[in-house]
Amino acid sequence: MNLTDHEKAMYDGEHGRAKARAMDLLVRYGEALGAERLVETNNVAGAFNASTPSVQAIAEKGMEHVYSELNLDSDEVVEVPHMVAHTCQLITGIDNDNWELQGVDKALVDMQRANEKYLGRRGVNMFATCTPYQVGNVPVKGEHCAWMESSAVIYCNSVLGARTNVEGKESTGAAALTGRIPYWGFHITENRRGTHLVELDIEVDDMMDWGLLGYYIGEVIGEEIPVLKGIGRQPDLIKLKHFGAAAASSGGVEMYHIPGVTPEADSIEEAFGGRKLKGTFRYGARERRETYEKLQSSTEKKVDFIMLGCPHNSIDQMALIAHMLENRKIHSDVQLWVHTPRAIKQVAERNGYIDVIREAGGVVMSDTCPAISRRLPAGTKVIATDSAKQAHYLPAITGVQGWFGSVSDCVDAALTGQWNGRV
Amino acid sequence: MDIATEAKPEIIELKGRKVVAGRAEGEALVTTETISGWGGINERTGTVIERRHEMRGVSFAGKILVFPGAKGSSGWSAYFHMTRLNGVQPAAMIFTRMTTKIALGAVVTRVPAITELDQDPLSVIETGDWIVVDADAGTVTVTKKSLK
Repeated sequence: MNLTDHEKAMYDGEHGRAKARAMDLLVRYGEALGAERLVETNNVAGAFNASTPSVQAIAEKGMEHVYSELNLDSDEVVEVPHMVAHTCQLITGIDNDNWELQGVDKALVDMQRANEKYLGRRGVNMFATCTPYQVGNVPVKGEHCAWMESSAVIYCNSVLGARTNVEGKESTGAAALTGRIPYWGFHITENRRGTHLVELDIEVDDMMDWGLLGYYIGEVIGEEIPVLKGIGRQPDLIKLKHFGAAAASSGGVEMYHIPGVTPEADSIEEAFGGRKLKGTFRYGARERRETYEKLQSSTEKKVDFIMLGCPHNSIDQMALIAHMLENRKIHSDVQLWVHTPRAIKQVAERNGYIDVIREAGGVVMSDTCPAISRRLPAGTKVIATDSAKQAHYLPAITGVQGWFGSVSDCVDAALTGQWNGRV
Repeated sequence: MDIATEAKPEIIELKGRKVVAGRAEGEALVTTETISGWGGINERTGTVIERRHEMRGVSFAGKILVFPGAKGSSGWSAYFHMTRLNGVQPAAMIFTRMTTKIALGAVVTRVPAITELDQDPLSVIETGDWIVVDADAGTVTVTKKSLK
């Protein structure tokens, strides 16, 4: 791989052992990919947290051991200097406030807090959310990023027009210390063009519709780049956040174009940019219904856990849920957890939304989600969620049965204890 | 059946590109399905846990894992990284589809890995075949189990 003079100097240890180990990992990774060089990045979103039992044995030796082994793949234990790139922490396994409700051992909570203290002052900003683009990290078009989290990557590439591959724990750890990531995949303009056309025969409008469309596209397209034709109504952050998360769950979609909406294509022609069309799919009422059925993994109408907020809710989603729960109480057999980034939770608190949700019997969670933490309320057998991503992962990971539907269907289930959702 | 098809070569050699350096030999474990890291494997046992996966319940620990590649969460590398720390990593990886997940995952699992082979490894290699992976030389040598 071709390295610049500065990169060679880092590799050779002239800027300290941590950067040398980071460069070693980036060179091994770049050569594995077949990349010819690295690209500068000043925007890293990674998983630096120490919140699981498997990390405990390493964390006991010191947080520099955790970073060296798990974020740099280095046998040599290095002192961790301040991050070079703007860097943030994505979602973690523990809600710093609601850990008892999650059933987390206090020792793990202390470990996560100690790790945050260690990394926070070194420049890892503790957003603790899967949606950094909601709380201050909004890359601009063309910006080279090194992000993890499939739902954030697809948003970054498609909606913002910034450039990232799906990075991992080790590559983001190395990128944060060096400001470099392999120049490969979605960093390169030609690789960002559309491959498949998806023609819509029906109007796609509300959030559930967008989730269904995303889940369908991921299933049929896998890891290719869809171009959507026939979107009549302007989508917003909430809908595209849900759409992308769904497409990245059922398939491996990391980029899409909606001509006239997403920034890299004003027309179908521009979206394909001369690339040969690999195939066309039509999405109509039948595909919508079939996708809805696929997302249901439950036969039991009695529900005991409602999960809202995956990807983490925007302030407007928090407002809507509070409005639906105003002066009402959820069913005594049901637990309701609503997930939002900690920064948005502050706003929601100030607006009074948190009080409304709490008075109705719900809990507002931050920093985590049930799929990442693998923690549900004790005894949960049947869940309902407004997230196609959680409906996809939670039954597989935790063995529960799951219902998927609109946010109003889910709130209705919270109030009645029964699933009455309909497509 | 003519003689040419009856007299199968005892040993097949495939040529490809090094992903991670090193040499390893062992028994092949072949799946035509991509594998998830986070949510798809148990990192303490090296076992595939994904529901509806054809390899569910099967451990790849110590095997030459032959598969299309990675899918799913960006936690792929972190989970295969943990299999190495727990001593249940595969002995080598042979795969067909390059992505950032599989590249980084193979690097941090630190096992010989190879891709871009001149024949489709998923059809040439069967579970139980004896495999020698020499990533530096870019070769995969297959001894069919029936002839071993």
